[in-house]
Amino acid sequence: MRNEIILLVLILALLIFEIFTKPNQKKHIINIAVGLFFIHTVIGFFPIGESSLFGGSFRTTGLIHFYKSVLNIGVLIILLQSADWLRNKVAHFNKIPEFFILLFSSLLGMNFMISSGDFLLFYLGLELSTLPLVALIAYDSFNQQSTEAGIKLILSAALASAISLFGIGMLYATGGSLYFEVIAQNLQSSNLAILGMVFFFSGLAFKISLAPFHFWTADVYEGAPIGIASYLSVISKGAAIFILMAILFSVLPILSEAWKLVVYILAITTMFTGNLFAIRQKNMKRYLAYSSIAQAGFMMMGIINAEELGVATVVYFVLVYVFSNLGAFGVVQAISSQTGKENMDDYTGLYRTNPKLALILLLSLFSLAGIPPLAGFFGKFFLYTAAASKGYYLLVFLAVVNVTISLYYYLLPVRVMFLRKSDDAIPYFKSKLMMRAGLVIAVLGIFVLGLYSPLYNYIVELSAGVL
Amino acid sequence: MDILTLFIVVPILTAIALLFTKGLKQARLTTMIGMLIQFGMAINLVFAYFKERAANDAIMVFTKDLMWFETFNIHYSIGVDAISVLMIVLTATVVLAGVFISWMLDEMPKEFFITLVILATGVYGFFISIDLFTLFVFYEIAVIPMYLLIGIWGSGPREYAAMKLTLMLMGASAVLLVGILGIYFNSNADGGALTFNILEIAQVSIPFEAQKLFFPMTFIGFATIGALFPFHTWSPDGHASAPTAVSMLHAGVLMKLGGYGIFRVAMYLLPEGTNYWSTFFIVLSVIGVVYGALAAVKQTDLKYINAYSSVSHLGMVIFALLMLNKTAWTGAILQSLSHGFMTALFFALIGMIYGRTHTRMAPQMGGLLKVIPFISMIYVIAGLASLGLPGMSGFVAEMNIFAGAFQHTDTFHRVMSILVISSIVVTAVYILRVVGVMLMGPIPNEDYKNLKTVTWFERVGIYLLLIPVIGIGVAPLWLSNMINDSILPFIQRLI
Repeated sequence: MRNEIILLVLILALLIFEIFTKPNQKKHIINIAVGLFFIHTVIGFFPIGESSLFGGSFRTTGLIHFYKSVLNIGVLIILLQSADWLRNKVAHFNKIPEFFILLFSSLLGMNFMISSGDFLLFYLGLELSTLPLVALIAYDSFNQQSTEAGIKLILSAALASAISLFGIGMLYATGGSLYFEVIAQNLQSSNLAILGMVFFFSGLAFKISLAPFHFWTADVYEGAPIGIASYLSVISKGAAIFILMAILFSVLPILSEAWKLVVYILAITTMFTGNLFAIRQKNMKRYLAYSSIAQAGFMMMGIINAEELGVATVVYFVLVYVFSNLGAFGVVQAISSQTGKENMDDYTGLYRTNPKLALILLLSLFSLAGIPPLAGFFGKFFLYTAAASKGYYLLVFLAVVNVTISLYYYLLPVRVMFLRKSDDAIPYFKSKLMMRAGLVIAVLGIFVLGLYSPLYNYIVELSAGVL
Repeated sequence: MDILTLFIVVPILTAIALLFTKGLKQARLTTMIGMLIQFGMAINLVFAYFKERAANDAIMVFTKDLMWFETFNIHYSIGVDAISVLMIVLTATVVLAGVFISWMLDEMPKEFFITLVILATGVYGFFISIDLFTLFVFYEIAVIPMYLLIGIWGSGPREYAAMKLTLMLMGASAVLLVGILGIYFNSNADGGALTFNILEIAQVSIPFEAQKLFFPMTFIGFATIGALFPFHTWSPDGHASAPTAVSMLHAGVLMKLGGYGIFRVAMYLLPEGTNYWSTFFIVLSVIGVVYGALAAVKQTDLKYINAYSSVSHLGMVIFALLMLNKTAWTGAILQSLSHGFMTALFFALIGMIYGRTHTRMAPQMGGLLKVIPFISMIYVIAGLASLGLPGMSGFVAEMNIFAGAFQHTDTFHRVMSILVISSIVVTAVYILRVVGVMLMGPIPNEDYKNLKTVTWFERVGIYLLLIPVIGIGVAPLWLSNMINDSILPFIQRLI
């Protein structure tokens, strides 16, 4: 509960700041909020014992606590990378505190969702994480696209939640309880239970943007502020994957034959959809949106393992993915907040004018593509291993075919940045300290997470015995 | 630090040092020093190996084993036998020569040398690994810098060539990955623990069904970089577009990863799969040999001639490996070495000629022997080595291969062997035709009379590669003895 309480205190503190600061001083809130969140992240690293509250509807284990730390680090990087944008673009319409309040509320919702021990708290967390996000996506209210994206998300999210709730209802009907533990004991495999699982799965698949539940993704990413798009792509997706995994593995193991089939099909459709659509994208946000869809497909390969090995590989992959994707989004953010350019063609010749940014984008994309010795390679390799250990060789084969396809489009920005020259390349600029810190953390993660094996061993240790 | 890990550490340190250099002079000097140390270490390794071998008759010597990812039993596990030692010497020589050949590179020299050195790191790591996971990691590290090297510093349709090469090789490595996972998950067939260690897997008898399934994946994964027909199409385009030093390194060293991997992983770990599939792959390799040679005849661009010639020569390596006997395998290793030095020399010379005449089209040139006699002479020598003239490295290698091939007495092998041998005649055609058109005859262009003579760094590069070409040809015996001992444990698995 420590995590949630601190986060709540943060939100309330920011509300009070908001009331007592004059409009022209609101810029200072950026530093204060980022600083406070940094402290929160550091506190989050201290381990916490296993406990269970409210009659089992809120629970904490070492692994759940680790999930929250992963999300915290991700949000911290996003905050660092967004600070510049807040200062320059948002300052004139005076909505800086709201940004943090909404973002932290959404994170709070995710924490509740991950920690939930029954479907009630799960659903509350899910909604609490989604609603502030809608406001954040439509944050740039002078931009039509942004507003449109917000509406798009809330309409589809409402539908997804409703479907999910319907599924939960069916599981309640067959399992006789909302508590995960009781359902796990009582649930019998029946058609109604399977139907409930499928509906419930669809709702979360929407959050993770698995194909064919992905149609909102590219449009919303494109309209949303970049910081929020990156939040959607790593934090929101990561949290949903974590809870999906927990529920499938420990609440619905009796239906594993059914959901393994669902996961198998969704993995294949998602990988192919994401990768094939990414090839044609010109806008970097849309491009990364499809790339993140494809990555979610890879994560399914760990879930299909349905054992502790699968848990460990998925958690590790998400951690790696947080750093890699935020590295890429960070560069897009840096360039966009400096020049307003977001298209791939604008990056032509970037290496010759801004070598460091180009290199960071190269490393992030290579990590996403899974090229050693960067962390992404290890993440993907372990996912393959998880799938292959259960004999899913065909799935692994399709996945490696997809890796090859993905390599093509991950090389496209590299091609324009490194191989081509341009007279009107983006001129040299120096990013602000916070942006640089955000990028450096991401790059460090990309290098260290893979080569430094004790970290993976730690995750394995945490995930031992969770089932 | 042990003697083998240094081979990875020195290039990495060189790359880091390069980050702090400014301009061409500092960059090339730093790289030269780093690669000279590396070269010295490689020569030292040969002597150290002989010394160690006298006392130690394990398959691999200088072994070292560190646990990396415990859950999957992944180790950083290294060791060498005679074959890896020779490959390391080849790599060190070609890289060093490549640095001298790129002495005057003016576009982004720092970045060029860093990328080149990273590539070399991958290659060294590949040759010393005896853990499949590490081996695979280093393989990919060796491939991906190619994209930047060809894309940024290449010529002609460089973006296309770079993308094609990268996608084909990485696609192949993806297939290889499935093969490796298949081997890994069958490595407990005898009840032991799952392992990536090559030597440990070799003790296990993997079920025949699994061997049948995973052998082609592993084989094709490696054979693609070894330019096996029909997976060779990346090679001519890639070589033609790459800058000189990169062509040298690629044809000279990187393509050898294929043969080495086939022999060390695919055949050693999956012997029954090898026997099951050998007929099919022999046919492909023979098509490659003949097709490569015939395609080279039709080319006029010097780099394309050499690229197709490489397809032909490396097809012969795969053919020899599939003959599954000791003589042929000795030939395969010798051919790898010989082709490595010789092709690197060829590409270096082509680079020099192109730098002077600004064309790579053989028919547009003429009489070069009169204006740049040194380069032209070496070109003739390299050509003779390529067509297998006695006294040169190519002869020893091909002789062994054919002798090995003829040990099979059935009709299929006979026919295939004869087809391969006939390709030598074609080789002579395309080599001698170029020599005739380009080096002899009248000088077509008055400007050619003022061509610059060879510079000192070009000379160093040439000698570095020429000495082994002649050395292997003149004194092959110690080399084949050295290889023989190391082949034995591998061939015993197959017979």
